[in-house]
Amino acid sequence: MSSAVLKRLQEVFGAAIVETHSQWGDDTAVVETARWLPIATFLRDDAACAFEMLSDLTAVDYPDREPRFEVVIHLLSLSKGHRIRIKTRVGDAEGDGAIVDTLCGVWLAANWAEREAFDMFGINFRAHPDLRRILMYPEFVGFPLRKDYPADRAQPLVPYRTAEEAGLTIDKVAPFGPLEGMSFARNDWTKPEL
Amino acid sequence: MNAPVKSVTLDGNQTGFATTRLEAVLGWARKYSLFKYPFVTACCGMEFMSLASPRFDHSRFGAEAPRFSPRQSDLLWVIGTISQRQAPVLKRIYEQMMEPKWVLGFGTCASSGGFYDNYTTVPGIDKIIPCDVYIPGCPPRPEAVLDGLMLLQDKIARGDRTPAIVKPRFDPVQGYQSDLVQLRTRRTDGSPEGGAK
Ligand code: SF4
Repeated sequence: MSSAVLKRLQEVFGAAIVETHSQWGDDTAVVETARWLPIATFLRDDAACAFEMLSDLTAVDYPDREPRFEVVIHLLSLSKGHRIRIKTRVGDAEGDGAIVDTLCGVWLAANWAEREAFDMFGINFRAHPDLRRILMYPEFVGFPLRKDYPADRAQPLVPYRTAEEAGLTIDKVAPFGPLEGMSFARNDWTKPEL
Repeated sequence: MNAPVKSVTLDGNQTGFATTRLEAVLGWARKYSLFKYPFVTACCGMEFMSLASPRFDHSRFGAEAPRFSPRQSDLLWVIGTISQRQAPVLKRIYEQMMEPKWVLGFGTCASSGGFYDNYTTVPGIDKIIPCDVYIPGCPPRPEAVLDGLMLLQDKIARGDRTPAIVKPRFDPVQGYQSDLVQLRTRRTDGSPEGGAK
C-alpha cells in the first residue's frame, strides 16, 4: 500500500536504505542506524509521507546475527491512511554497543516505548530525556527479553520504597508529567503546541 | 471440645447464663465478621467478582464487607499474579493490617506463581507473607473458593494457624468424595433445579 513511500525513501536517502521488502501489504525498510533520526523526521514531515503517528516502537533479538538487535518502528499516517515499518540493526554479539538515536523529538509517543526497549533489551537511546527502566525495578540485573536471559531466573526481592527513597520527583509519580501517560487528558487544547 | 452440652430454652421473664471458653467465643465472633481487603491484580479478579455477586454470594458466610484500607481489615485476599515489583507493596499492606489477621491465596498464581516461572513473578505469596489458606485453580471455581473460606473460618474458630489447602471434593483416582459443601445440583429427570442433595 505504501510502496510509494519506500520508493521515495530510496530516492531521497539512497544507500542509507539497506534493504526493503513488501509482503501481504506490509512495507518494510531496513535503514542505516546513523540515519535513523533524519529518516524518521523526513517520514513525519514530508508531504507525501506524512506519518503523524508512531504506532509502536520495539526491538527484536536475533542472537545468531550480528548486528544482533533490530529496533522496529511502526508508523501510521492518519491523513494518508498508509502505514510503514522501519527497522535498523544494532549491537554486537554480546549485545553491547546497541545505541540508536532517540525519536522522542519526532514523536512524543516514543518516550515510554524506548524506555521499554531499553528495559527489556538493553538498547540505549542517545539523548533520550529520561532513560530509566519502565517495567522492571532499578535493582534488576540483565535484560529479560534477550534470548540469552535464562527463562526461569527470578531475582531477589526488593524492599519497599517511598517515592523519596526511590529518588522520584513528583512528576514521576502517577499520573505523571505533562508529556507522559495520558497527557491528552490534561492538555490545554486552546494552545497550539503540546 | 468434648465438654457436655446442655441447653435449655428460657422464657422471656427468666434469666440464665452460658459457659464457654474465651478463645472459643472470640473465634466464633471472628469467623463470622471477616473484613476483607481484596488485593486484586489479575484475571482471578473476574472470578472473584462472580463470587461476590448473587449467584455465589459469599456474603452468606459473613465475609462480604470489603474495606479498602488495610487498617480496617483482617482478611487479606490475594487475588491474582504478584510481580516482583509489587511484592514490597503487598508486604507493606499485610504489615498495616489489624491483628489478628489472615491471608487467603486465591488462585494458583497467588499460591505458587502458577505457570509464570519467569523473571517477573513471585513464586507464591508465602515468599513474602504468611498464607493461611491456598486455593488452587486457574482461576479456582467459586465452589473451591467457598470451600477455602469455610476452611479458613473453621481454622479461625479452632485457633489453628497452620497453612491449609483446598482439595477437590471429588478425587477420581481414590474415588473419594468429601462433603464439605454441596451446592445446588442440576437435575436430569426434569424436576426443578435446586435444594441441597
Ligand atoms: S491463577 Fe490463572 S486466572 Fe488466576 S491470576 Fe493466575 S493466571 Fe489468572
